[in-house]
Amino acid sequence: MSLVLENIRKSYREPDGRALPVLEIEHFELARGEQVALIGASGGGKTTLLNVIAGITSPDAGRVMIDDTDTSGMPEPVRDRFRAERIGFVYQTFNLLPAFTALENVLLGMSFSRGRSDRSRALELLDSVGLSHRLDHRPGQLSVGEQQRVAVARALANQPSLLLADEPTANVDTANQQTILDLLREACTTGQVALLLVTHANEVAEQFDRVEQLADFNAVRAVATTETAS
Amino acid sequence: MNLWTIAAKSVRQRALASGLTSLSVALGVMLMIVVLVANGMVERMFAQTATGYDLVVGPKGSQLELVLTSIYRIGVAGEPLPYRFYRELIEEEGNRISDAVPITMGDVTQEGAFPIIGTTPEYFALPYMHEADGSPRRFRIRTTSLDGQHSGEGLIRNPFDAAIGAVVARQNGWDVGTPLKLVHGGSDGHVHDETFTVTGVLAATGTPNDRTVFVHLDGFYMISGHEKPLSEAIAREEEFFGNISEASRQALDAETAGGHSHGPVPEAQKEVTAILVNIEGDIGEKVLAESRLMSRLNEGIQAQAVKPMVQIGRMMQTLVEPIRSLLIALTALIIAVSGIGIFVSIYNSMADRRKEIAIMRALGARRQTVLTVILAESTILCVVGGVVGFLMAHLLILVTSPVIAGYGLVIDPWTFAWGELVLVPVLIALASLVGFVPGMTAYRTDVARTLSD
Repeated sequence: MSLVLENIRKSYREPDGRALPVLEIEHFELARGEQVALIGASGGGKTTLLNVIAGITSPDAGRVMIDDTDTSGMPEPVRDRFRAERIGFVYQTFNLLPAFTALENVLLGMSFSRGRSDRSRALELLDSVGLSHRLDHRPGQLSVGEQQRVAVARALANQPSLLLADEPTANVDTANQQTILDLLREACTTGQVALLLVTHANEVAEQFDRVEQLADFNAVRAVATTETAS
Repeated sequence: MNLWTIAAKSVRQRALASGLTSLSVALGVMLMIVVLVANGMVERMFAQTATGYDLVVGPKGSQLELVLTSIYRIGVAGEPLPYRFYRELIEEEGNRISDAVPITMGDVTQEGAFPIIGTTPEYFALPYMHEADGSPRRFRIRTTSLDGQHSGEGLIRNPFDAAIGAVVARQNGWDVGTPLKLVHGGSDGHVHDETFTVTGVLAATGTPNDRTVFVHLDGFYMISGHEKPLSEAIAREEEFFGNISEASRQALDAETAGGHSHGPVPEAQKEVTAILVNIEGDIGEKVLAESRLMSRLNEGIQAQAVKPMVQIGRMMQTLVEPIRSLLIALTALIIAVSGIGIFVSIYNSMADRRKEIAIMRALGARRQTVLTVILAESTILCVVGGVVGFLMAHLLILVTSPVIAGYGLVIDPWTFAWGELVLVPVLIALASLVGFVPGMTAYRTDVARTLSD
């Protein structure tokens, strides 16, 4: 299995000190190379779930197993390195570094893993997302579609076994939405990378063989809260 | 892509703020280096130049002034001593004087107003100063002199020969063969008719000799108006010694008889501003002979003998040292203020950069890694500022050294003060200090919260 979640519990602390439960997941799993669309209401804990899986947020309880390794018990520096090496992340807002060119953003993705920056692989990835002519452009000089394609290339830079995508097409114009989606799915298929894609768009979700409603396996009902806690 | 590249990118992203921050460091470093170099040069200029001669003998008055005028050519010389005093001093038995070089001064060059020193060729045969290890530094000829020699010895053999210092040659564009005239040192600014010819250009010494023109003492006296009127000279001689010499009496008789000599100027009409004296013997003998000569002369009312090193040492201690300490303290304060500038600049940028930090963390950067990136940024700002400040300082010294040389302080713009090396660890320590707090902000960044914001 690429990803297994067991008895995950996560809650946030409200200003008045009370605990606000966000996640209560008994079991969830994702096979190697499997592609899943995850749908959920706003405030349902989708982003929190992705952060817990990525090791950015620690669960209050439970186990996160990635490639049969329990990451939830790892010391933070080890988990950071593990994330750099095994997990790719594509965000709704791209999250590219504005001071870096397209090529440098991809190289940066490689910098924090064990291996050194592989320039030829970065060039290859950018070529595969159709940006070989935009290597030296900074994010501000790229269209939103191009920025998200750079983000896809960066997420794949370290040949991860799991790719997490948080509403990757939500900020992209209609013309580019399908391109981005195809790129992601094709890259994951080629590299046997498990893909967990969060979306609220039905037209995106219905392209996946496996579609999961977060509410179906998360015991916590969608809560009206801020995005921070989502 | 290493951490330095990442830090450099970030610095370049905020080019204006980074540039201004580095500039403030550069200005602090520049001031610090200028103070250090200038201080080193002043020390060398005053302390080492004072090592050339054991004693300076001159007219009564301020001891420091005598040293400043005769060795450093700063200020105006007092009433000169009769030439007879010099002659009797060297003829005196048992005073252990090995060298006694008379100098006379007061005139300046027509171009550049460089001081003129009338002296004897012996001036160039003696070391002009000693290194810290005691080794002598002697005059060298920069270009081959008229008679093909390479050392200073033997220069100005003829009355109207002149030897010029390196700064004089450079600033006036003079070389061997150049004719020059002297301007009288008095208030009238009269240009003397006599023409001297440059017969040698001295190599740079880093001392006031570089900005001096040396002429033969005989030539100096032969200049019309330089010889004291005979009657006045003899009256002075009588007042000074209580009698007049046989030579003076003969000169007076010749003048009374209506004769006018075209030969050498009579001794009575010649004067010397000061006498540079070296004492022979081992250290013990020297000290004894020096103090004997000093006490003998200083007890009288006409002349005095002073030790240049003692005078300059006192001046450095009472005047130069406190100023130097104050300047170094001020420049250290400026660097500290620059450090606060870097801190404010980086700290303020953290609000904008929290997301960048969070992205790096999400990509797998460890907390220590982002802390290191911020420290690397402050190091880049400090070190770039330091390097720019270093270059600016030496450029400033290069540009201003000719102007400063005009005031008697010869500064080599490429002189490296060893204190400058201290700036390297100081700047790195400063960078670590000011980068630490913003670095800890980066270290503590809440990735999930920042990314969702």
